Amino acid sequence: MNKKEILIKINQLYKIFGKDTSHALELVKNGMSKDELLEKSNCVLGLNNINLNINKGQIQVIMGLSGSGKSTLIRHLNRLIEPTSGEILFNNTNILDLSIKELTQFRQNNMSMVFQKFALFPHKTILQNVGYGLAIQGISKDVWAEKSVKWINRVGLDGYESYFPGQLSGGMQQRVGLARALATDAEILLMDEAFSALDPLIRSEMQNILLDLQNELHKTIIFITHDLDEALKIGDRIAILRDGSMIQDSGPQNIIMNPEDDYVSDFIKDINRARVIQAKSIMSPTNTKSSGPVISDKMVLEDILQIMSDAPSKPVTVKNEAGKVIGKIAMPNLIEGMKRPKSQGTNITG
Amino acid sequence: MNWFFQFPEMGRSELREFKKSIDFAFRDFSRTYGENIENFFEPLLMFLVWFEKLFINTPWPIIIAGILLLAWLGSRSISILIGTLISFLLIGYFGMWEDTMSTLAIILVATILCISIGIPTGIAMARSDRVQIIVLPILDVMQTIPSFVYLIPVVMLLGIGKVPGLIAVCIYAIPPVVRLTNLGIRLVDKAVLEAADSFGANYWQKLFGVQMPLALPTIFAGINQTIMMALAMVVIASMIGVKGLGLPVLRAVSNQYLALGLMNGLAIVVLAIIFDRVTQKFGLRMQKYRKEIKD
Ligand SMILES: Nc1ncnc2c1ncn2[C@@H]1O[C@H](COP(=O)(O)OP(=O)(O)OP(=O)(O)O)[C@@H](O)[C@H]1O
Ligand SMILES: [Mg+2]
Repeated sequence: MNKKEILIKINQLYKIFGKDTSHALELVKNGMSKDELLEKSNCVLGLNNINLNINKGQIQVIMGLSGSGKSTLIRHLNRLIEPTSGEILFNNTNILDLSIKELTQFRQNNMSMVFQKFALFPHKTILQNVGYGLAIQGISKDVWAEKSVKWINRVGLDGYESYFPGQLSGGMQQRVGLARALATDAEILLMDEAFSALDPLIRSEMQNILLDLQNELHKTIIFITHDLDEALKIGDRIAILRDGSMIQDSGPQNIIMNPEDDYVSDFIKDINRARVIQAKSIMSPTNTKSSGPVISDKMVLEDILQIMSDAPSKPVTVKNEAGKVIGKIAMPNLIEGMKRPKSQGTNITG
Repeated sequence: MNWFFQFPEMGRSELREFKKSIDFAFRDFSRTYGENIENFFEPLLMFLVWFEKLFINTPWPIIIAGILLLAWLGSRSISILIGTLISFLLIGYFGMWEDTMSTLAIILVATILCISIGIPTGIAMARSDRVQIIVLPILDVMQTIPSFVYLIPVVMLLGIGKVPGLIAVCIYAIPPVVRLTNLGIRLVDKAVLEAADSFGANYWQKLFGVQMPLALPTIFAGINQTIMMALAMVVIASMIGVKGLGLPVLRAVSNQYLALGLMNGLAIVVLAIIFDRVTQKFGLRMQKYRKEIKD
């Protein structure tokens, strides 16, 4: 991976729900908060000056508490919701300027969506569900049926073509949702809490399916979740929303090591740091080899600890994917990495 | 303080003038346009007469076979089939065959008319809140106004006969299809519609591919209600010249023929029950994909 190419550029996007939004927009631009706005003008602040660049071929996670505007933001990308002001550039065309006809084309060809509550068509078979995006483009049945069978098999539902969604379990239904979104070959995939309704085991399975597919397909995925473990597992970048504003947008390691403020710290305080922090985040940069074992820069703390416990005094050498030495880790680095950043309070009890 | 105890009503002669002017205005209207309106409904009359003749002239075994076939296609139920057979045999045996055929013809035509006007109206209501606000009170009026009251202008315009009877039946019977079409479409899960939108479906693709199929069971409940109400209206419609089972009932009422009234009344009830069971069973079968969720 060298230079990252930006596919979607969101510039100064505002969304206000309610009447007289232009007046409310002025108030928000002058710094009025969400609560204040609701009280003063009876408008709900959905999105507040969002600026975000989404890289081609990457998974961009969007996180935030309930009501922070995640669903609102993702629905702007395919204009299921119209903004109050701002622009969204896709390959340098503003999505918000598209005519109805162009928008329909855009939705059919460039973007597809997976929903939290599956939103399958209950009266259509699995085959018809998966083929829906193609069928409404006027593609002949032979073609779309063949493609949907391929995708149904790809998500592991061979033989379920003629079932109805109501006959499948939640996890299977979301596989159908995923297959339906993939079947149109759109390069952008929008996933609004796609796995939140599933129980933990199935969710983890679905995450693996998604990562597998992504390795092969290199789609640009916008993935919403409020589960940090999920975000860390699949995200190439993580953006955090709060009350409609974007608080932080950075790589996963950076979110854990350098949270922007208390809201973000709060988000990350419950994760198992030893399992997610990687060698490259805690190493001291150097290019000379040390006496101890050599590890990859993606190895997590837990595993490094295991290796170092054999010879605690010897620092380990960190190499990147290309095999070049990029740093070393000694015991103090490990301890520093385990510590929560900022003064979050260590909660000594008992 | 007189006005406090006595309602300050309009003067007698003024009131009479007021009513008269309305009557005359409408009479003038019907004199000038009555013929045009009659011509407009001419095809409907021909349609109705054609059906009636078809039903009456076809030999009874063929009719019964046809009805049994339809009942089977609709319900797939042996008991309904046997019930239907016995009912029609008894109706024929007691000499009510021809009247029953006339009634069937008018019910059929009325239902076709109600569906072809009612469903598009319901779709328009579901699409636009403004249309809904306008149509709902009209439906309320159609359902609550005593049927004799709207018979007056219909008869003034078109005289006595089959077409005014048919129109009266339709006015009375159409509200359920309209209401339930509107309701059924509005009740379709918003999330599913959003999914259709996200794949770039247009209005018609959403309407025919998602909304109508999902609303179909509800719409069908409306059609069932419409048929029931059309049957209920048959007696009143016979007052203005519709042939069929209503006519003997009317004669029985004015002459106090108990047996005649009961027999023809029961024939209407039997028709109603058959229609109801068959259409309900059909409605249930349309929801097959839903039932399988529960298993
Ligand atoms: N149609 C609407 N009208 C008015 N307010 C709305 C509308 N849709 C969303 N909102 C408000 O906008 C804010 C953001 O909502 P949104 O659904 O985007 O949150 P979310 O981050 O997706 O939350 P969740 O995790 O619960 O799905 C909330 O305060 C919500 O009440
Ligand atoms: Mg949401």
